[in-house]
Amino acid sequence: MADRPDADSEAGANKPALRLHVPEPKFRPGDTVDFSHVPISEAGKQPRPDEACDARETEGLCYDLIRVLGDDDKAHGPWDPKLDPETLRAMLGHFALVRAFDERMFRGQRQGKTSFYMKCTGEEATSVAAAMALASDDMVFPSYRQQGVLIARGYDLVEMINQIYSNKGDKLKGRQLPIMYSSREHSFFSISGNLATQTPQAVGWAMASAIKGDTRIAATWVGEGSTAEGDFHSACTFATVYNAPVILNVINNQWAISSFSGFAGAERTTFAARALGYGLAGLRVDGNDALAVYAAQRWAANRARANAGPTLIEYFTYRAEGHSTSDDPAGYRSAQERDEWPLGDPVTRLKDHLIALGEWDEDRQAEMDRKAAERVKAATKEAEKNGILGHGMHQPFRTMFEDVFEELPWHLKEQAEQATRERLIKFNGGRPQ
Amino acid sequence: MSTETKAQAASENGGERRLNMIEAINDALDIMLEKDPDVIVMGEDVGYFGGVFRCTAGLQKKHGKTRVFDTPISECGIIGVAVGMGAYGLRPVPEIQFADYIYPGLDQLVSEAARLRYRSATEYIAPMTVRSPFGGGIFGGQTHSQSPEALFTHVSGLKTVIPSTPYDAKGLLIASIEDNDPVIFFEPKRIYNGPFSGYYDKPAEPWKRHAQSVVPEGYYRIPLGEARTVAEGEALTVLAYGTMVHVAESVCREKGVDAEILDLRTLVPLDIEAIERSVEKTGRCLIVHEATRTSGFGAELSALVTERCFYHLEAPVERVTGFDTPYPHSLEWAYFPGPIRIGEAIDKLLSE
Ligand SMILES: Cc1ncc(C[n+]2csc(CCOP(=O)(O)OP(=O)(O)O)c2C)c(N)n1
Repeated sequence: MADRPDADSEAGANKPALRLHVPEPKFRPGDTVDFSHVPISEAGKQPRPDEACDARETEGLCYDLIRVLGDDDKAHGPWDPKLDPETLRAMLGHFALVRAFDERMFRGQRQGKTSFYMKCTGEEATSVAAAMALASDDMVFPSYRQQGVLIARGYDLVEMINQIYSNKGDKLKGRQLPIMYSSREHSFFSISGNLATQTPQAVGWAMASAIKGDTRIAATWVGEGSTAEGDFHSACTFATVYNAPVILNVINNQWAISSFSGFAGAERTTFAARALGYGLAGLRVDGNDALAVYAAQRWAANRARANAGPTLIEYFTYRAEGHSTSDDPAGYRSAQERDEWPLGDPVTRLKDHLIALGEWDEDRQAEMDRKAAERVKAATKEAEKNGILGHGMHQPFRTMFEDVFEELPWHLKEQAEQATRERLIKFNGGRPQ
Repeated sequence: MSTETKAQAASENGGERRLNMIEAINDALDIMLEKDPDVIVMGEDVGYFGGVFRCTAGLQKKHGKTRVFDTPISECGIIGVAVGMGAYGLRPVPEIQFADYIYPGLDQLVSEAARLRYRSATEYIAPMTVRSPFGGGIFGGQTHSQSPEALFTHVSGLKTVIPSTPYDAKGLLIASIEDNDPVIFFEPKRIYNGPFSGYYDKPAEPWKRHAQSVVPEGYYRIPLGEARTVAEGEALTVLAYGTMVHVAESVCREKGVDAEILDLRTLVPLDIEAIERSVEKTGRCLIVHEATRTSGFGAELSALVTERCFYHLEAPVERVTGFDTPYPHSLEWAYFPGPIRIGEAIDKLLSE
């Protein structure tokens, strides 16, 4: 341990010993869970400022929780987006599909069809409802848990599964880890495994759109744990400096693998309140309330479109499942948390709302779920014709060397020849490409 | 070692303590936390949970939350605070969850930790050991597979250490933690649970059957800068480290080649004497690493061997490496420098 620069100094005398604070979540495996300490605002009570307001006017909303759906399953207050039943049913349809997709892909990984999968259970609203509030050509910079955006934008399920199986049908040529999609056609940026890198990129895209006098805006999604990365703070600074037409969505699902949100600073403030120091507009939203999510995203989109500035939105939600197929949350959190989560389940809440409106019933829901599962099953079968991971039906070997650069330099040409020769040796002269 | 792992290790081996690499690393950390109150272990998910690869399992419970703790997800922050802790006089052992995620911390490593001793003329030092799993072979795609060691060996002021067995992992980690310079300690995750022959389609082997899985209790160190002779031989010298030591060994055995295999263990500082001695004896040198080829550490090794052993060489130095592409997911085994690539290079070396 270091001595003081002046060993004889009395500097430490009579001063209290310093102590390091290390955050600790409330509940660990086996603990009884009680979330009564989590403040839940009453639905409909939060003010909705003008979309072009001064960023400072959102201060109260950074500590509150914007909610529309009440305990009575009705929509309340100024944030009610007043969506027609047709749109609500479409949203519910996307939810059903995302859930069915997650279930089947998770199982596929367990059956050895691929190496990895990540579900978004409990967080569906933060991607589906947000995507529906944007224009279909607004540019999206997702993290790895926004399959809901792709599904809401109508991305082909077979393409998604081809990517997950890394098979010969994968248009990303089997290069990326499962779920790291990319679809330019759907204005969906290539997903990176490196956390938070997408956040300044979204700001840059938005700056470009502004430079060119375009009308499209950009939105990005990042987990609360990842807001600790410097990239996120650069994104906030650039967004505010250039008043970029961008939405920074922070998905606060409480857990980052085994670390609770306290390790990203949640013990002392909200993630929405980060906005204040940067001069961004900030909103804190019930992430399991599909209507509130839609309304907040639309508010921020309108603000950005009107050149009124960027918005940081915190969606307060809960990661209902493990981090990924490589993770077992039983080792670090109480299994009761999921059931006790005070904001419920986004799919159930939207369904109950539609039922309360007299626009839906349990039978139709069961039928919708059944159809979604069938659709995913059919897509899976179709994708499996292109192969599953590790069973030989992959992209041709030479594709490994393509796209490193626009043109193949000499050294990669040589290496491609080497790779081809090795495959011929391995398969005794057989196995083309 | 935490009680949990200890009990497991003892019961499996009826007395003789055989550990896998994860347990050996855990043991080294445990011993150093016990021995030196200035040692701090921290990183993403390392505290309560014990790390995504379980290397720090049980350590927080045993040594307390201010010695072993989780950090925010900020590699820049993790390495930056480790510099500050080192300036105070602590000996931090930060974990970066995957080597692929070390880049946000690069400025703190390259511009700060690596130069602190020099720029302050020894007023301040950065005695940290950055542990990080690296390398491929686990279908991890491009963000869980990279071997970025050459980025670090290129920086003056950083030491780079890569163990290839449980025994070495423990002794090298203890020596790294005790070293007063910043050390990058890359753990080949493919061989955490067992050595790897390079044949991905054969069943995985556990460490239990490998001689180097016998790990004595208590403190011992393996000095940095000393290579290990894995096999003595006359026909050619193989220079390797990490996973590739095992792959090279299995290929040489299979081909019946009388190879002298050196496990470098420390890339900086390098055991140049061991290399010279061996190449002067065999006259042929094969360098094997999993990292990309261009400007890889093999280029440095090749230059050194050529410069220093030129008149003993009977054939040009050969390098077997990963290809110069990002690590692909589905074509992982076509990318990996496996038995065929190594075998061809050996044939070529011996035919000249
Ligand atoms: C730069 C970087 N550091 C570490 C990781 C390893 N890692 C992957 S996901 C994850 C947790 C992220 O948590 P959060 O941002 O809260 O998102 P969530 O998984 O909850 O959606 C970590 C640490 C990574 N992928 N990239």
